[in-house]
Amino acid sequence: MDKLNTPNFRQKKVDENTPFFERMRSKYFNSYFAGKVVWSVFRFLLLVGISYVILQPYISKISSSFMSREDFVDVGVKLIPKNPTLDTYKAIIKENEYFKALFNTTLLSTTTALMQTLICSIIGYGFTKFKFKGRTILFACVVITMVIPHKTLRSSMYYLFRFFDIWGIYGHLAKAFKWSDSLTPCLFELTNTYWPFVILSMTGLGFKNGLYIFIMRQYYQGVPDELEEAAYVDGAGVFKTFVRIILPMSVPMMVTIFMFAFSWQWSDTFYTGVFFPSREKFVFLSRIVKIPASLDTHYAGETAFTTAINNTCGLLILIPLVIVYLFGQKSLVQGIERSGITG
Amino acid sequence: MNQTNTKVAAQPAPKKRKGKSLERSKAKKGYFFVLPFILGFFLIYLPLIVESIQYSFSEMSINGKLGGMQLKNVGFDNYKYALFEDTEFVPVLISSLKELVFDVPAIVIFSLFIAIILNGKMVGRAAFRAIFFIPVIVSTGIIEAIDLQNGLAAGLSNGSTIDTGGGQTTSTGTEIISSLDVQRFFSSMQVGTELVTYVTSLVNNVYDIINRSGVQMLIFLAGLQSISPAIYESCFIEGASSWETFWKITFPMISPMILVNAIYTIIDAFVSETNTVMSYISSVYDGSIQHAVVRSTAMSWIYFVVVLLILLLVSALLSAYVFYQRKDA
Repeated sequence: MDKLNTPNFRQKKVDENTPFFERMRSKYFNSYFAGKVVWSVFRFLLLVGISYVILQPYISKISSSFMSREDFVDVGVKLIPKNPTLDTYKAIIKENEYFKALFNTTLLSTTTALMQTLICSIIGYGFTKFKFKGRTILFACVVITMVIPHKTLRSSMYYLFRFFDIWGIYGHLAKAFKWSDSLTPCLFELTNTYWPFVILSMTGLGFKNGLYIFIMRQYYQGVPDELEEAAYVDGAGVFKTFVRIILPMSVPMMVTIFMFAFSWQWSDTFYTGVFFPSREKFVFLSRIVKIPASLDTHYAGETAFTTAINNTCGLLILIPLVIVYLFGQKSLVQGIERSGITG
Repeated sequence: MNQTNTKVAAQPAPKKRKGKSLERSKAKKGYFFVLPFILGFFLIYLPLIVESIQYSFSEMSINGKLGGMQLKNVGFDNYKYALFEDTEFVPVLISSLKELVFDVPAIVIFSLFIAIILNGKMVGRAAFRAIFFIPVIVSTGIIEAIDLQNGLAAGLSNGSTIDTGGGQTTSTGTEIISSLDVQRFFSSMQVGTELVTYVTSLVNNVYDIINRSGVQMLIFLAGLQSISPAIYESCFIEGASSWETFWKITFPMISPMILVNAIYTIIDAFVSETNTVMSYISSVYDGSIQHAVVRSTAMSWIYFVVVLLILLLVSALLSAYVFYQRKDA
């Protein structure tokens, strides 16, 4: 016991009688403390610098969105507009059908993100806790869907949903029995509807769904088996256990996935482009990026002005997303921390 | 005490005969959970892949009136066109692969570094984390496309004399350090020119690298969180410095994540909107050359096979160095 109380040979013994100055010196004037201070200052500066790099474009985008037409040719104006105006916002909201696009995109993103979150959790749970035959091969298939970008399948994807059929069975039957006159008979024409999104989301094939399944699988690997065993002992079945115990437990992780799915669908141009070829009928946020007719851009500051207008469209797209992000941010970080992804 | 404990653990666990059949019946229920994926993969995805391969080997003509289309098998013609006749495809492919070789280490190292910093305790950690994850949420799809478009517009008007006040929005932090300064600094250090150009391009593309390392940062952060604090504690007691702790503990423990992230970065770089090959393929798809659809499909399959080979190579190389912690203990 005595050994524990003996002070380090470098350290002077400090008790109630030590004078204030001495006390401060022994605490703060050593290399350990100095190194700590230098490191934390360096770290803080580095983080602030990188945060600046991340935020800077948005700051200048926001400031240029309030600039009036004259400000773009004024050499004196850099970041703070001389004649602040809301004209750009007004014109875009009015002429590019912003609210219609907002409604459509919110509907689409929310439904697809909810479905993808739920389906990917279910699939991920299936891959983790059940040792059925062919599990490894099926998971390899998940990896394949992750690796082949849907862009390479663009034309096939369009034709699949334009002439929707399962393995072309109906088409062959229809041709054989002359049910229809069309060259390529099909069950449904699903382009320009929301069905392609529903089908892809419900089968875990949507945008980056392989990644979500992978993340959920890693998360469930960290859930101890005893938890489920306790539920089985209490008489719950596999499905009841999943719904009652596992799902409520994995809410933070699911929020993370929801955020990914929601925001990636929100700013998506590819899927809406393929599945909604008629641009006029279906307005999405990705389609409002154009110059409103009422804003005259033919003057000396044309490039800067059109750039600012495009950026303002981008900001209008981002605002709702940022609000969602601010609400979900905390559980996003928590969810990631709890995922415990390890090899 | 310790010795007796290990003896008990070394004894084989008694076999449970009943448990096995219960487990087997439980295992079968797993199919219900993965059923959506099985259905989707075999009914939707497999036909897509097969059809896409079929397209790349054929010639397409669309029958306007009835909305049907006809395919004619032309063998390897589309592939021959992409590889030998198209003057741009192969150079674009090679330059994009070179970019990949430089970008992947930069992104992985940067995201690991930031994840380690963000993992420590400090003032305003939550705020920094929130800011660092913004690119994950924001810089995709249409926003990326707008930035790209603006960048092109700025590039076109670069020669003009007008000083564009709001035009600053386009120079998204690319000129933080003048590349000349870096070049001068490095040339005085007598290192090879390749290294100088590499570092200069890294510094100039720092915004791009930060933007692209968001998900990797999240994955590393999650990995760091899963390392037991007890290991660090014992290191500290043994008197290891932070440098030693990093190379002896953190690095081996995080190495599976490095593999995952390297692969994710390659996939991400390969499918991203800004990738030169992807944009070239979609410009061919949208373009007016003959047989645009089938030829762009053939090009994407060539590209896909090349990237898959790279993925296999990288994972084979890296996995030799990955350290897996034994789960049972």
